[in-house]
Amino acid sequence: MAELTYRDAVIRGIAQEMTRDPDVVFIGEDVGKAGGVFKATVGLYEQFGPVRVRDTPISEQAILGAAMGAAMTGLKPIAEIMFSDFFAVCFDYIANEFPKSRYMSNGQVKCPLVVRTGNGGGARFGAQHSQSVENWCMMIPGLKVVAPSSPRDVIGLMAAAVRDPDPVIFFEHKSLYPTKGEVPDGEIVDTLGTAKIVRPGKDATILALALMVPRAVAAAEKLKNEHGIDCEVVDVRSLVPLDTQTILGSVARTHRLFTVEENPRLCGWGAELVSIVADEAFYDLDGPPVRITTPHIPLPAADILEDLALPSVDRIAERVQRSLNA
Amino acid sequence: MAKIEDRAPGSTASLNDDIGEEKRLALYRTQVVIREAEQRAYDLFLQNLVKGTSHLSLGQEAVAAGFAVAMRPGDLSFCTYRGHAHTLARGVPVSKVLGELMQRDIGLMRGKGGSMHLTSVDHGVMGSYAIIGAHLPIACGAAWRAQYKGQKDVSVCFFGDGTTNIGAFHEALNFAAVWKLPVVFVCENNLYMEYTPISEVTAVEHPAADRAASYGLPRIVVDGNDADAVYRIAAVAYDKARAGDGPSLIECMTYRYSGHSRADPAKYRPEGELEKWKARDPIKLYRERLKQFGVGDDAIARIDSEVKREVDEATELCKAAPPPSLDILTTDVYADGGFAWRN
Repeated sequence: MAELTYRDAVIRGIAQEMTRDPDVVFIGEDVGKAGGVFKATVGLYEQFGPVRVRDTPISEQAILGAAMGAAMTGLKPIAEIMFSDFFAVCFDYIANEFPKSRYMSNGQVKCPLVVRTGNGGGARFGAQHSQSVENWCMMIPGLKVVAPSSPRDVIGLMAAAVRDPDPVIFFEHKSLYPTKGEVPDGEIVDTLGTAKIVRPGKDATILALALMVPRAVAAAEKLKNEHGIDCEVVDVRSLVPLDTQTILGSVARTHRLFTVEENPRLCGWGAELVSIVADEAFYDLDGPPVRITTPHIPLPAADILEDLALPSVDRIAERVQRSLNA
Repeated sequence: MAKIEDRAPGSTASLNDDIGEEKRLALYRTQVVIREAEQRAYDLFLQNLVKGTSHLSLGQEAVAAGFAVAMRPGDLSFCTYRGHAHTLARGVPVSKVLGELMQRDIGLMRGKGGSMHLTSVDHGVMGSYAIIGAHLPIACGAAWRAQYKGQKDVSVCFFGDGTTNIGAFHEALNFAAVWKLPVVFVCENNLYMEYTPISEVTAVEHPAADRAASYGLPRIVVDGNDADAVYRIAAVAYDKARAGDGPSLIECMTYRYSGHSRADPAKYRPEGELEKWKARDPIKLYRERLKQFGVGDDAIARIDSEVKREVDEATELCKAAPPPSLDILTTDVYADGGFAWRN
């Protein structure tokens, strides 16, 4: 066991897979010699060399297109898009190319690659470097979408993503990079499509992802301490495949459902999960499901405004408490 | 061997028989296969047996033939939505192509892709891409794999003149040049992006070749209606790629006889332009070339009739073939063969 930052877990996760499989290669802007703008790839260039860890021009279409061509023909590329906001300039690959080539070719073409990207707010970067865009990807048939919240999950889900035969979009949360967690020694391999109950409870189910997981846990502690409300927090971890069984099982025990989403409200992943629960577990619910989200706004840069926009520990706790007492 | 002394007086054909009769017959046959299959696709469309859209390469056969015949097995083709020609040129059976256009179960992708996405990995046809420019970076990636693994195949990427004005073109050219990738970019300049003349929307005369210098590449413009000229430049580019000397960008001047797609009657073309290009029809031109090198009329006629028979038989096969079975609607979304997104 060792304590590791989320940032160092990214490095260890990539290194674990590159050590295991010589077909795993890693490309992106400033990822090699510079060690990445978030310092989340420091040392990989030195460890694996310039052929396997390769700096690219600022050409997001070329990065993702090249990753796809390599994946189609036998490599297992990991490609970095520095900020997930930049998906908008290379979205053709995410929306039209990676996920459709297998289907359109009737199974002839494969696309086993990982796109890792810095997602989410909290760094005061403003509206074009702070978004949570996992829902942009969740809606596309053919993609898999994961977003780890802990160092251990970063390594395990990275391994699962690299070993997966489908294109996986791997959302790292920028504000989690300095956070720490216990990580076991040796190889860690997790499973895509598995949610994790990170705090058991009996009064309400709170579904959260990435940065919202520690906030939901903190809110649950606050609710327990201040109001005696015992919340179960489920880290969804993987939006596609989606572990609906863990979610439905939790709702069947707690009878109340909350989602905590960093994305703006419209078409957030929570809406899909609420819809699934409404369809399949309506009579398990003792009250209306509640979505706690960022408002339908671009994110502001100023700290007091950004903090107001993103779901906070206090807002989560207040909303759950108000709803349960209604 | 071809007889150079039989060359017609005043011919512009090269004296140099560097290509040889076997390759020349392959170049001819490939062009005729494309011509006959594309013409048949058009006829079947008029009969409402080809549905959706289709983008024909009638008039552009020499480009596809020249690049394909110069390839080795294992070389990879990346095509556009105007990709029937390049798919056929790699030896994919006509019935597989027409079957896909006609939405039959025997089609290349059993009707799941359609005219714009012809793919036959077994033949090195790594897909036909319908988002302009998307496949240039993808071809770079396949070439990067070859470079990384020390494999000697070349990735060949075909696109139209309109593609030279989209960002992915420029990203891919720079990327390939900086990484010295074994990729060959082939611009088929048929003078029209879709309906608009390429010259009206492009800052340079030759939309691909005049940009080559930006990426440290030589400026190459070739007569795209002369299969020999295309074959020769392809061979040079492939050798360069295999030698580890990086990418090439080749602009082939040609002309499409039909409109952009089946919906386009091409009324925007100036009077006489089509006729002028038809006078330099690549297949007519190549028949003369074969004769200059001593191939007899009977040998040419034999190829013509063999191809005609293949296309006729493919047409009948496709007409009789069933539509796709409904159970493939949800197959091959994910690698496990299905479309499950949840447990």
